[in-house]
Amino acid sequence: MSAFTAIAWRELRRAWSSGGLVFPVAFFLLVAILFPFAIGPDGKLLARVGGGVIWAAALLAALLPVERLVAPDQEAGVLDQYAVRGITDAMVAAAKMAGHWLGFAPPLLAATVVAAALLNLSGDQLGQLLVALAIGTPGLAALGVATAALVAGLRGAGALAGLVMLPFAVPLLIFGAGSIDGQASALKLLGAVSLLLVAGCPFVAGAAIRMGRS
Amino acid sequence: MSAAARLTLTDLACFRGGRMLFTGVSLALGPGEAALVTGPNGAGKSSLIRMVAGLLAPAAGQVACEGARALMAENAALDPERALADALGYWARLDGRGEAVGAALAAVGLTDLAPVPVRLLSTGQRRRAALARVVASGAPVWLLDEPANGLDIASVAVLEALIAAHRQAGGIALVATHLPLALTDVKTLELGS
Repeated sequence: MSAFTAIAWRELRRAWSSGGLVFPVAFFLLVAILFPFAIGPDGKLLARVGGGVIWAAALLAALLPVERLVAPDQEAGVLDQYAVRGITDAMVAAAKMAGHWLGFAPPLLAATVVAAALLNLSGDQLGQLLVALAIGTPGLAALGVATAALVAGLRGAGALAGLVMLPFAVPLLIFGAGSIDGQASALKLLGAVSLLLVAGCPFVAGAAIRMGRS
Repeated sequence: MSAAARLTLTDLACFRGGRMLFTGVSLALGPGEAALVTGPNGAGKSSLIRMVAGLLAPAAGQVACEGARALMAENAALDPERALADALGYWARLDGRGEAVGAALAAVGLTDLAPVPVRLLSTGQRRRAALARVVASGAPVWLLDEPANGLDIASVAVLEALIAAHRQAGGIALVATHLPLALTDVKTLELGS
């Protein structure tokens, strides 16, 4: 087993065992449930805003686990042990992103099916939403790990994480929510943004981890 | 295992928190050699170990190390919710030596605790577990930061014996400690003097 797989697998295992997956998904569903209550039983209106609501909920849910992605490992000296073994920080960050995505995205996609029913979305819309989320969540996971590395060890890291992460997630939100009306160009742009984040965030996170060491 | 193991520090300087902790630290260790880093609290012992481990950039000077390094730092870096053998196995597999865990646990006298979750271990047992990871790694260069902290007298003797055996096999040990350790034929490096 390569170091990358081992680290990603450890992330996935730790996320499952600490209940770190149940909370974001429960939170996601709760946000989706709140909207029908707040807006009222207007099926058409719900269906029109539903896609955007689900994307916003997914964004907020992605923010929840940020605090446990990097800071505990930094405190426990796990990141130092990786570095002593010659595993680069960027590689550790990339593996963490993969593990985080594997643990976070599939349950979120499953919960989306439930949320779509609550928001009166049609089968077509649900299908497009799932495709868009599948494309966008790797970007969200990458952004989450990069944010976690940036705020690790700071006071009030949780609140700061939201301020750092949400602005960068706006393009994902725009193109993700835009693609629900079946605009192929929005889906392509969503893919582009997600790819950019996945490619760039490991290096940002790696640099942040390195800075946090001194 | 480590005919080529070599550790050379040239004119190392450490700048932390707005002040110079030490300057001009030089040391050369070949196969089978060991050095004790001593000095009062805050003299930069841990910083020196972290520098040699490559975790901290020196303010001046160079660290040259041939052979893999194994670090025993202040934190155990073992997942608290996992059984001791599994937590150690994770690191041993990263080192490509998954089979070495059993022997390493036996070497530090923790075989009986292998199935116990790491969070239930005492301070001293956790230190011994961290030592077991160093033993299991098979790395020729050992960097031990306060390895005797929290250990009882019998465990300190085990630690001394393990370092001696490691040197016998051609390994290098750099040990930062404020507690007396009985190591034979050892170089000393006193910081903050």
